[in-house]
Amino acid sequence: MRHRRGEGMSVVVVNAGIGNLGAIPNMLKRLGTAARITADAGEIATADRIILPGVGAFDAAMQSLVDLGLIEVLNHKALDERVPILGVCLGMALLGAGSEEGRLPGLGWIAGRAIRFQPDDDGPPLRIPHMGWNYVRPTDSGALFAELGASPRFYFAHSYHLVCDDQADVAGMTRYGHPFVSAVHRGNISGIQFHPEKSHRFGLQVFRNFLAGLADG
Amino acid sequence: MAEPMSPGADLPEGVPIPRVIPCLLVDDEAMVKTVRFSSPRYLGDPINVINLFNRFEVDEITLLDIGATRRGDPPPFELIERLAAECWVPLAYGGGIRNIEDVRTVLSSGVEKVVLGTVAHDQPELITAAAEVYGAQAVVVSVDVRRTAAGFEVFVECGGRAVGTDPASYAQRAASFGAGEILVVSIDRDGTMEGYDLELIRTVSEAVNVPVIACGGAGERAHLPIPIREAGASAVAAGSIFVFRGPERGVLINYPEREQLEALFA
Repeated sequence: MRHRRGEGMSVVVVNAGIGNLGAIPNMLKRLGTAARITADAGEIATADRIILPGVGAFDAAMQSLVDLGLIEVLNHKALDERVPILGVCLGMALLGAGSEEGRLPGLGWIAGRAIRFQPDDDGPPLRIPHMGWNYVRPTDSGALFAELGASPRFYFAHSYHLVCDDQADVAGMTRYGHPFVSAVHRGNISGIQFHPEKSHRFGLQVFRNFLAGLADG
Repeated sequence: MAEPMSPGADLPEGVPIPRVIPCLLVDDEAMVKTVRFSSPRYLGDPINVINLFNRFEVDEITLLDIGATRRGDPPPFELIERLAAECWVPLAYGGGIRNIEDVRTVLSSGVEKVVLGTVAHDQPELITAAAEVYGAQAVVVSVDVRRTAAGFEVFVECGGRAVGTDPASYAQRAASFGAGEILVVSIDRDGTMEGYDLELIRTVSEAVNVPVIACGGAGERAHLPIPIREAGASAVAAGSIFVFRGPERGVLINYPEREQLEALFA
């Protein structure tokens, strides 16, 4: 671990131009880490930790990353430098190959695609979006969930979820009608479907784990 | 790949933990509480109140400016930004939103969701525009309802204008325009603490496939799980019980302990 608790570390929150980014730096500030919101490839190139948030539509977010010229630097950081990267909410879906919601390819770092929640055949009708607090059951590789107990709860707000091709990538599961993958992890690359920045002490611990590099490896 | 979902097989049952949402009203930057949408009573400084709820780790907060639309004012952006910066739980804001620029300003200041009321009726295409950019989960449409001689009727402009529609078809229309959530409010029960209007909530939750938040009438903590158990709501919101205590309704910001909530909803 090169860094402790964010000191001297450059943390960036990638700004794809949509939605609510201020809440993430506000949360990191509670951990004593000054994160910068940026859409600048140069600034991302020197980052030690990268947070890739996202709300809204899949294609809009991918197109925005393309238009901002960030795909190359993100690929380099993720795949060559292997810097810890955390996709949040739609940012987790972006890690996959694509989404039922759109036509553009995703970043393709995690094998899998996002699909829309399916109504249960046998259960009561599933209201979509999945909105509110729910439990995450970390898998063994879920180092993002260190110090959080067996079933930490987080705030979710989404209609699509990632389906992993390789079960080894699954870092956490949640049930909404049926179980779905709520966190992924592959080496330095992690994704979480929920909003840590709005999940008070639980979210704070996830950020703490991410900054400490617990999920890196 | 035989059991691709097996890691989650032992997860707690199918629905998320029902949200219990303090619904807070501001008017001219002061926090107030109304009865049947009128006689606002001053409660205190919104920043202090939000900070207390924050500390209680509430599930979510809904903040409504009840004066902005009436005065023709924009949302109080600066106040919203200051509140959002303090808020580490999900925050929804409504009141005075007129167009997509207002939606953008509110959402980019650290708020998760906008609540569209009057504007959702007058310009429903704004629901669609906001949902296309920010996702349906960021767009709540509020449905304020009175019982009249004609049955349930939807009102906008803080109860000031009837729109001539019943809540079920109104909510359906809002969802078809792209609303990700419906906040159904009983004007008759607001501030009365007589309990939720279950018939109203049921008519709306049966009409739509998006989550429904029930609001209006909660008078004791035991009321909170009832709309979820008996009327199909996904979440409950309440004002009075979280800001008043005792028969004299002294101002006391409060929220159930987590264990208490779990027992209530068990």
